[in-house]
Amino acid sequence: MAERSFAREVEDLRLGDGQEFRGEGILAITKALLQSGVSYVGGYQGSPISHLMDVLADASDYMAELGVHFESSASEATAAAMLSASVMYPIRGAVTWKSTAGTNVASDALSNLASGGVNGGAVIIIGEDYGEGSSIMQERSHAYAMKSQIWLMDPRPDLPTMVHMVEKAFELSEASNTPVMVEVRIRGCHVHGRFKTKDNKRPAYTLKQALENPVRDVNRIVLPPASFIHEKLKIEKRWPAAVNFIREQKLNEFFGPAEADVGIILQGGMYNGVIRALQQLGLSDAYGNTRVPLYVLNVTYPLVDEEVVSFCAGKPAVVVVEEGQPEFIEQALNTLLRRRDMNTRISGKDVFPMAGEYTAAVMQKGLMGFLEKHAPRLLGNRPPLPDASPVLGSQEVQALANVVPPRPPGFCTGCPERPIFAAMKLVEKELGAHHVSADIGCHLFSILPPFNIGATTMGYGLGPAAASAFNVKAGKRVISVMGDGGFWHNGLSSSVGNAVFNKHDGVMLIVDNYYSSATGGQDILSSRAENKKRATNNSIVDAVKGVGAKWVRQIDHTYDVAKMRDTLREALTTEEPGPKIIVASSECMLNKQRRVKPLIDKAEQGGEPVVRQRFGVDEDICTGDHACIRLSGCPSLSVKQLDDPLRDDPVAAIDNSCVACGNCGEVAEAAILCPSFYRADVLRNASGWVRFKAKLRANVISFLQRRRERGRHLFARVEA
Amino acid sequence: MFDASIPRDKPLTIAILAMGGQGGGVLSDWIVSVAEANGWHAQSTSVPGVAQRTGATLYYIEMLPPKDGRAPVLALMPSPGDVDIVIAAELMEAGRSILRGLVTPDRTLLITSTHRAYAVAEKEKPGESIADPQAVNAAAGIAARRVIAFDKDEAARESGTVISAPLFGALAGSGALPFGRASFEAVISEGGRGVKASLKGFAEGFARATVNELPEARISRKKVQGIPDTLGAAELDRRLARVRALPAPAQTAALAGLKRCIDYQDLAYGDEYLSRLEALRGLDGAQGGEAHGFAFTAAAAKHVANAMAYDDVIGVADLKIRSARFARIATEMKAGEDPLQLTEFVHPRGDEVVSLLPAAWGRKVMASRAWMARIDWLVNRDRRIRTHSVRGFLQFHIVAGLRRFRRKLLRHEAEMRHMEAWLGLATRTLPNNYGLARAILAARRLIKGYSDTHARGLSKFDRVLSAAPLLEARADGGAWMDRLISAALKDENGDALDGALKTLREL
Repeated sequence: MAERSFAREVEDLRLGDGQEFRGEGILAITKALLQSGVSYVGGYQGSPISHLMDVLADASDYMAELGVHFESSASEATAAAMLSASVMYPIRGAVTWKSTAGTNVASDALSNLASGGVNGGAVIIIGEDYGEGSSIMQERSHAYAMKSQIWLMDPRPDLPTMVHMVEKAFELSEASNTPVMVEVRIRGCHVHGRFKTKDNKRPAYTLKQALENPVRDVNRIVLPPASFIHEKLKIEKRWPAAVNFIREQKLNEFFGPAEADVGIILQGGMYNGVIRALQQLGLSDAYGNTRVPLYVLNVTYPLVDEEVVSFCAGKPAVVVVEEGQPEFIEQALNTLLRRRDMNTRISGKDVFPMAGEYTAAVMQKGLMGFLEKHAPRLLGNRPPLPDASPVLGSQEVQALANVVPPRPPGFCTGCPERPIFAAMKLVEKELGAHHVSADIGCHLFSILPPFNIGATTMGYGLGPAAASAFNVKAGKRVISVMGDGGFWHNGLSSSVGNAVFNKHDGVMLIVDNYYSSATGGQDILSSRAENKKRATNNSIVDAVKGVGAKWVRQIDHTYDVAKMRDTLREALTTEEPGPKIIVASSECMLNKQRRVKPLIDKAEQGGEPVVRQRFGVDEDICTGDHACIRLSGCPSLSVKQLDDPLRDDPVAAIDNSCVACGNCGEVAEAAILCPSFYRADVLRNASGWVRFKAKLRANVISFLQRRRERGRHLFARVEA
Repeated sequence: MFDASIPRDKPLTIAILAMGGQGGGVLSDWIVSVAEANGWHAQSTSVPGVAQRTGATLYYIEMLPPKDGRAPVLALMPSPGDVDIVIAAELMEAGRSILRGLVTPDRTLLITSTHRAYAVAEKEKPGESIADPQAVNAAAGIAARRVIAFDKDEAARESGTVISAPLFGALAGSGALPFGRASFEAVISEGGRGVKASLKGFAEGFARATVNELPEARISRKKVQGIPDTLGAAELDRRLARVRALPAPAQTAALAGLKRCIDYQDLAYGDEYLSRLEALRGLDGAQGGEAHGFAFTAAAAKHVANAMAYDDVIGVADLKIRSARFARIATEMKAGEDPLQLTEFVHPRGDEVVSLLPAAWGRKVMASRAWMARIDWLVNRDRRIRTHSVRGFLQFHIVAGLRRFRRKLLRHEAEMRHMEAWLGLATRTLPNNYGLARAILAARRLIKGYSDTHARGLSKFDRVLSAAPLLEARADGGAWMDRLISAALKDENGDALDGALKTLREL
């Protein structure tokens, strides 16, 4: 079950010849897979390609109807290995993941796949998680394409082009016996656009046929001497075949005048930004009619030498618009021209920044710099460029820079991971700060205020692995954190197995929230939901015990801060040898609310008894120290300035978005903060008996109140 | 504002700044749909990623009609200085849009909500560190061509919907898009879910598309209430007259202080407060307080009240069981006729219980480690009191009933001793250094909270006052102490304070 339902998008997958698809780029790519007669699809979810996985998971009935096998792979390595079905059989397959994080994980299988080569089209859709909005290290997938000779497409972020290129990727793969990566950037994945659809194709050759007619060819296996032959094949046969296909099919595009003094060679993904910058410089209109010739590389690896030569011929200078580093294309172009003794000057990272995203401002400055140097006359009378610098330089805006607070992502309202880190904070107060090895997942938000917990993060499922050196006698133990997503991705063997085997003495905290939450709430092995198509409900505790862990504690309600704290303290102080593993389980609140809220609303409307809960702060008891916030950071626990002349500091306040998870009450108790927190329950549709009892109690209480308040002068402390 | 008859050669550009979970995606989809329904090409993009989890996010939309059957090439991210409309779903996000260069005076319409959702950095400090909303107003004044600003969060809540509806309404009402109201409403109606509430929120936004209510003051406190003519009872009005006799700058706080002390204890306690205050006012006058605007008396009015109405167990119990509190929570929860249940989260400690003993007895118990350990073992644990039940109510009721004896209890004795020492220091300082004496009174702000928090506050208070001898001879002693107080409120343990004290000692 993903974070949202894709029922409507599933309908879009069924669109046929001549109809129009309107929607997100990544969903257009999903549709393109089906139009290409793909036989199987796998992958590992993650921004920006999660929706490809989510929509296919929701479309399982239609997939079965179409004869397409879809599965959520355990990791990117699994997904890449899945492509081996296309090695011996003429079967088209596609997998997807976020890159470079996922490509790193997949690279073992990818190298093997690329070495032996493929028979059926094998396509990898990679979400290039680079620039603004990225959550990973800033690297290029391009390096992987080059080192393994996997072809790399980078289509223009325009839906018809993206769809066309995915279809051609399968053909390119088959024409050159090589897997093909289709790279889509974050904005390209989320771009809304439209394209004319075609009918989906049933696979020409099915997995069933393959299973029933097995084929083997020892020359495809990476073992000497075949592996040496593979390398030669790559260079002598597959590469030229690919180049021919790219040229004949005109996968790269030329725009603008045939003759000019300068030109621009660009990655397809840069096209819209280049056109916008040219438009601002007065060199293009809004419909792409450019006065500067463009050579758009929808395939960025391999380059087509003849196309480059003909584009550069007669031009004294050409600029390469290539995002990220190292500047592989620019280097290749220089080599290519030098070998042919062509004198066209290749500009690129001299006018563009080596590192960082090519934002609109960077694009404008870079192209302007190139044209000023090599074709100033083109710039003509120089229309005024959009420019925010006078505003940004003003005193008022400069002053604003010190005011606007940073707003990094954090734990959602009611998140079950919050009390875990609140408990860690409390233990820290008793036993001092510890080295904490963090992992990938929502729990990594612990590194930000107010928790400030976590020193390093080395990869998915590698939190405890990254603590493995700290296995020496010392006054403090190392603590490592890992989510359930990371645990099943890789952590069980790389982290838990490793710690058991090496008799590691550290504390391992496994955060189990029933989903792969950070990527959109997909089901995993230990999810508690019953999923018809997957085997869920496999216990993490059983798994770690299965690999030999002895000290294992399961906490089934992370909101019990005191228990959390006591268990952590015990793990940090016990004499027992070996890894101390705490599995802290409570359902992801985002997913829980999505699941439970409609049910409760319906029950209430249907007249069934329902309890509506919320937490509150008594603002006349709260003294405004905000210790509760420093142990929480919950979006619904905020502050409020009172109209009370006796007070200077704002008090804590809980807003309507509270989901009554209980964290603030638990923390106030466990940390002995203050008595301001209360929980209010309203019993909707209560039975007559319950109402009668409540009435009786209220009468007694009201009598006592009246008696006590009589004769006193009471004032509302806070004027409302 | 918009003349649809002029052919456009540039796309219309819109940036939406929101926080994860606010529904920026829905708004973005609506805008695309309304453009497409009118025959335009529209493209939206976003970089949600992990920012979906409560972080700041940006959605970007471009739109332009096709020309001769050709679709426009639309950019995937905004160029600074090249944005027609910026929509911000929260006040500081409007500030962020200005800082990103998206708002420029030649063309940008800024549509923003004026409500605040505080960031962790604003909430976690022990004192007040809320970002100054006036700074957004000042910057918007020079950066935007036009501003539409009101509390759209409130508008949404009143309509039973989310903020995207009033934002969409304000966009439609602004006239910045060449599409009629009906086509906006049609888009909402196609949505299917919560259509009625969304349309209501939309209408609210549409109707208010001309207002600019960017906050002009730092803190939106209500206007300081004047002193009323009567408090509704003769015995109160006699005391009100004493408040009126105080210097004007002290009156508001003095009235609040008087009410607090009467509410906290009884009428006599209110008299005690006024007498203390009048005595301090006398000293103030004798030391030329008038020239200082009676700042000493004004500070005393506020902080003596807080010192006298200290936060103790009796006070907490008293507040928890008041009928007004039950009524307030019932209203907030929209309980109506349905049963309301209340659970209080408390964690009493041994010393808090002992502080409720008569002073002489309590001192003895405090002195005995064995007794303290025994009592702590007995009481020190998490307790959830269910105040709606007679049993739970009675627990608080009985503790609150100790109010009658409060003056004789150990805690009161300790508090009064502490207060006298503090006031002694202030009055001794007054003749030599008026500003410092006032700041010594103001340092009482640092004492707040319960148990550990209270202990931490006391320690900060002591550390700040320890600087008084160093500052007494300095003309800027008061300003220095104010600086120490602000430093003490910067972090939990007072690290910034220690740094400031170190600087001071090195002067």
